[in-house]
Formats: sequence, structure tokens, C-alpha cells
Amino acid sequence: MAGETKLEIDYSKYDFKDPELYVYKSKPGLSEKVVEEISQHKDEPEWLRKFRLKSLEIFYRKPMPIWGADLSGVDFDRIHYYIKPSDRKARSWDDVPEYIKRTFERLGIPEAERKFLAGVGAQYESEVVYHNLQRELEKKGVIFVDPDTAFREYADIFKPYFGKVVPPDDNKFAALNSAVFSGGSFIYVPEGVEIQYPLQAYFRINAANVGQFERTLIIAEPYSRVHYIEGCTAPIYSTSSLHTAVVEIVAKKGAYVRYTTLQNWSSDVYNLVTKRAHAYEEATVEWVDANIGSKVTMKYPSVYLLGRGAKADILSVAFAGRGQHQDTGAKAVHLAPDTTSRITSKSVCKDGGRTSYRGLLHVAKGAKRVKSSVRCDALILDDISRTDTYPYNEINEEDTTATHEATVGKIGEEQLFYLMSRGLSEQEALNMIVLGFLEPFTKTLPMEYAVEFNRLIELEMSGSVG
Amino acid sequence: MELKIVNLHASVEGRQILRGVNLTVREGEIHTLMGPNGSGKSTLAAVIMGHPKYTVDEGDILLDGESIVDLSPDQRARKGLFLAFQYPVEISGVTLANFLRRAYINMKYGGDADKSKISVPEFQKLLKEKIEMLKLDPSIARRYLNEGFSGGEKKRCEVLQMAILSPRIAILDETDSGLDIDGVKIVAEGVKTIAASTGMGALVITHYQRILNYLKPDVVHVMYGGKVVETGGYELAQLLEEKGYSIIEQRYGPVSG
Repeated sequence: MAGETKLEIDYSKYDFKDPELYVYKSKPGLSEKVVEEISQHKDEPEWLRKFRLKSLEIFYRKPMPIWGADLSGVDFDRIHYYIKPSDRKARSWDDVPEYIKRTFERLGIPEAERKFLAGVGAQYESEVVYHNLQRELEKKGVIFVDPDTAFREYADIFKPYFGKVVPPDDNKFAALNSAVFSGGSFIYVPEGVEIQYPLQAYFRINAANVGQFERTLIIAEPYSRVHYIEGCTAPIYSTSSLHTAVVEIVAKKGAYVRYTTLQNWSSDVYNLVTKRAHAYEEATVEWVDANIGSKVTMKYPSVYLLGRGAKADILSVAFAGRGQHQDTGAKAVHLAPDTTSRITSKSVCKDGGRTSYRGLLHVAKGAKRVKSSVRCDALILDDISRTDTYPYNEINEEDTTATHEATVGKIGEEQLFYLMSRGLSEQEALNMIVLGFLEPFTKTLPMEYAVEFNRLIELEMSGSVG
Repeated sequence: MELKIVNLHASVEGRQILRGVNLTVREGEIHTLMGPNGSGKSTLAAVIMGHPKYTVDEGDILLDGESIVDLSPDQRARKGLFLAFQYPVEISGVTLANFLRRAYINMKYGGDADKSKISVPEFQKLLKEKIEMLKLDPSIARRYLNEGFSGGEKKRCEVLQMAILSPRIAILDETDSGLDIDGVKIVAEGVKTIAASTGMGALVITHYQRILNYLKPDVVHVMYGGKVVETGGYELAQLLEEKGYSIIEQRYGPVSG
């Protein structure tokens, strides 16, 4: 049909490879020596070196998780754990090595920064190559830097929180990240400061068999506001890469933090990420988490509701095509009274892809009058794809109000016929229905990202008509 | 344009519903198609538009002499056909305005046309005008397509879509059912206005006579047992109003399974 061809969007926008003009690339495989090397390259204090080595021990000790997605394809011995692309971190794009700058220009980052972002961090392989924040926010005391800078210049602020929300022994991959982490963002928003425009980080993997292990820590002081967005892409290789991040958020009294992820890794990346927030009294934490790319994703953004009246809103979106398994979900852990959580999961699978919703609702003894709602909607586009839900509830207070709704749908013949009778091709009609299904997510995005997200989905959808 | 149905036989899941329909509608003409429940009226509408559930077993559907039975619904739409659904389908997350702009661009400029062919404000102006004509609430443009619409809103929204897409020949499948008398009037006026201004032809399928009072159709057909059994003028509708469909049953006997 005539309408199909125009949906073929050129994936080369993401699938391109730069030459490896690196300053340093660790040999494949993990060892104490590799961890020591990373710490040396970063000229880290003794406590951090010890933290890394202890985390490595934990990583070795913990077994691979046997629940969730199939991780048998992860080969820890083939991964390069640390790649340093450049000797310096730039504050101006002109100081970024030319080929890396070109990469981020192709991905539209400097342009987005000029138009509608309050600050940008750009990570290439293991290191942040560019970091900048509007001067005006800097003057208000906002800090937006990479971890190396954070430990060197703001240790008193960040050290007390680092590794406290997600400790190294939380899970095997949190331990791995804690041992070899490099890059990421550390953000501090002082009391009462509201950041109007989003801060963004972009993560790019370039080489094959790379491990990217960034670390993000956001501290929102009382009554502050911040929206952080992260995006990620990589070129396609035939062997697997590993992305294992840890994200920690501390939202103090009355603070508001939204964390948006647009994950579009290439189809050879194992994406195993731990994201957790602590929400204190009357604080609001929103995770908006979209997973389109990767071979396997296991990610369950969680909020620990620690203070009275804290709120969690978690929106998880997954799209799984051929060879992909998106095992995603959310956790709401209610540890204080009058706390509320809302979890919305939207997933689409096609061409044999698999989506799983895995969620936890925990209400502790003493957490009175908790309200929680969980809604999971799955859309299956053909007969060879699969979707499952694994909701776990641990409710220890009788006055909890908890609702759980789950739907699994296929695109109906009547819906397609209706749209086609208005002159939309079958492909356009399918796209429209899928994009509509994902609209609760798209509408939370800044307009530019919504447009980009819709383009990505259309790309994934192209060729859906048999 | 001329829509010509010739000896059309069609079935669903092996069950024959249409058993030799003959009917011709030309641009500028308003036809009504009446008949008792189960006579095949809605099936005829769906088959003309190309619903994949139905199989055409015999006969043909011609647009200006060219067969369209092998065309997909969107191709038929782009040739100028339109179907106002009896039960409009809900599409969550897709606003009426966005959906209709895409459809409008496809119809007007072809399926490969760029979205920039008509700007958002330009289209909004057109949409606003038609929304006023159908006395719909302006907020309907931003609502998700048919989701949470009242029965009357759904029906009027079908006519709104027809007004925007300006087909050459429209089929309205029981658009009047479930509407109160004001609703029926608005729909009938809408069809008449569009027909008068664009020269559109219409085949208005209805179970009831009341919409005819406002529509003043040129031709009235009666369908029974999967065929058009009577064709006449307004007086035929009046006869049915007086005597009911039993008179048709008496004339043509019971329908075999």
C-alpha cells in the first residue's frame, strides 16, 4: 500500500559508528586490577577505591538472578569495563573532540540544549565529555556535574547520600555498577529552587562489547522541583554490550522530582538497571520510564515512601519486537501513613517480542490509609508475541485501598476497518492505534521528545502489515 | 460519480446475507434504504466499504463503471466513498482533531502526502466551522475519538467527519437511530447541507420513517431478505409508516434461513 513506505525512517540516525580514538580502553574482563585502574584513572580518594573493591566482592558473591529475563547471553569476560574517550570534560561543545561532537550533533543534543533544556550532560562510552548548566541556575546553587567532579568538588554534599538509596549489596548488578561505575550525573537542587526546564543526560555507546555503568544521584532539597530526562542509543553489533546503571533519588519534604527515560539501545544491549527514590514527607517522585530498545531490559523503578503524604507516580512503557524481552515494572514501598502510589504500565509486543510487567506493592505495618492503584495494559500485535504480568502485593495494613487492573488486548478488526474507511492505510491505522495506546506516556514528555518518541514507534512498527 | 451495485451476493462465515442486491446512487441524489431488522441493510453498507469480515460471492460494486471489490477500505475511501458507522469505534489516545487532520490530508492529497500540506491552525478553522454546523461542543476536537462520547455525539461526529472529508457518495448506516428528534433534525440538515454544497450523493440507511420528513429523499428503497425488493418515491416510505414492514412480508413471503 502507498502509505507504508513513508514510515521507513532511516535508522542510521542511531546506527553509526565512530573510529575508536580513545585515550584508554581496558582489556576485556573484570578483575580487581580493572577496578583499581578505573579508580586510578579518576584519581579517587581511598574510601571510594575501597567502596569499589568491596562492591566487586559482593558482585562475585551474588548469584545471577534466575527470575525475570534470560541473562545467559551476558558474557562478563568479553566486556570492556572502562573506556576513556577523552582527557577532559568540556563545558563548551567546541572543546569536545570533533568526532564526538559530531556524534551528538547527529543526535540533536546541542540543538535541544539551545532550545529548551536547562542543562545537558553527554556521556560517550565510560566518561562524560560535556556537561553544562545555565549560569542562572548555578547562581541559585544548583549543581549538575559528573560523579568525578562531584566527589572532587562537592564531596560534603554528595558523599552522605551516595550508595545509600541503592546500596551495593542490593542486587548483583547494583554491586557491579558500584565496583566499576563511571560517568552519569550528580544533581543538587537547593531548598525552594524550582528548575523550570528539564535537565538532560544523553548516553552513547560507540564500540562493541562495551559496558556502560553510569551512576546518577539526585538530591532535591525541601520544596524544590526538578525534571531530569535521559536518552540513550548505540550502534548495532553482533555481540552483546552491557548497560548497568544505578540511579538514586532523594526527594526531601515537599520536593518534586520527575525522572524521564527514553531507552532506545540497539538490539544487542543488555540493559540491567536499578532505579530507586526515597520520598520524604509530602514529596512527589515520578518515574516515567520508556523502554523501546535493547535485547533484554530488567528495570523496576521504585519509590520508598518514607514520609507522611508522600506520593509516587510510576509510568512504565515497553515495546518489544523481534528478539527483545522487556521485563519492566515498578515498586511502591509504603513505609509511612497517608502515602499514595499510582503505577501505570503500557506495553506493546510484536514479531515474537516479549513484555513482562513485574511489580511490587508493599505496605508496612503502621503505614495507615495508604492508597495505591496499579494498571497494566498490554497490546499484542500478533500470535507469536507474549506478555505476562507478575504483580506482588505485601499489604500489612487493613485500611489500605489498593486497586489492580490489567488488560491484554489485540488490535481489533473493527478499529482498523473504521480508520481505514477514513482513508488511512492499514499501516497508518496500526500506528495510530499503537501511538494512541501509548498516549498516556507521550503526553508527559516535552513536545520535542514526544515527536521523537512517536517517530521511534512508527519506525518499530514499519513492516507490521503482513 | 455513480455507485452501482449489481446482483451483489455476500456472506459472512459461510452464511449468505446479501442475495442479489441491485441499486444505483448518483452524485447529487439522496436515497434512503429501509427495511426490517435482519434484512441486510448494515451488511450492504459494510460490504460496499470493504469490511474484511465479508466475502463477495457474486455480483459487483462499481464506481463509475470500475469494480472496487478488490480494493481495500482506504482505497475505496480515497475514491470518494464514505461510511457513517452505526456503531462508531472508540480509539483511545487519538484526538478527533489529529485523526481527522491525517484523514483529511490523505483524502485531499493522497496517502503519501506530507502533514505540512495543511497547517494545524488552518485545519482547526475548517474543523471549528463544521463543529458549529453540527452543534457539537468545540471541546470535542481535543477528545479521544469516540471515547466517552454520548450516543448522540457519536452519530453527529460521524456526520462531522463526512463534512470534513467531503466524499462523493456517502452511506449513512442508521445514523438516526438512538437520536432524539433534535438530533435527527441536525443530522438530516447536515446531510442536506453537505449534499447541496458539494453535490454529494447519499444512501441513508434507516429503520424509521421520521428522518425522511427532514431529508426529503429522491428515492426510497426497501430491502428484504438480502435484496432490494421495492424502489419508489416518498410515498413508499409513507406506506411503510402506515402499514409497517408486515406489508413487505405479506408481499414477499417469509425469508428462508
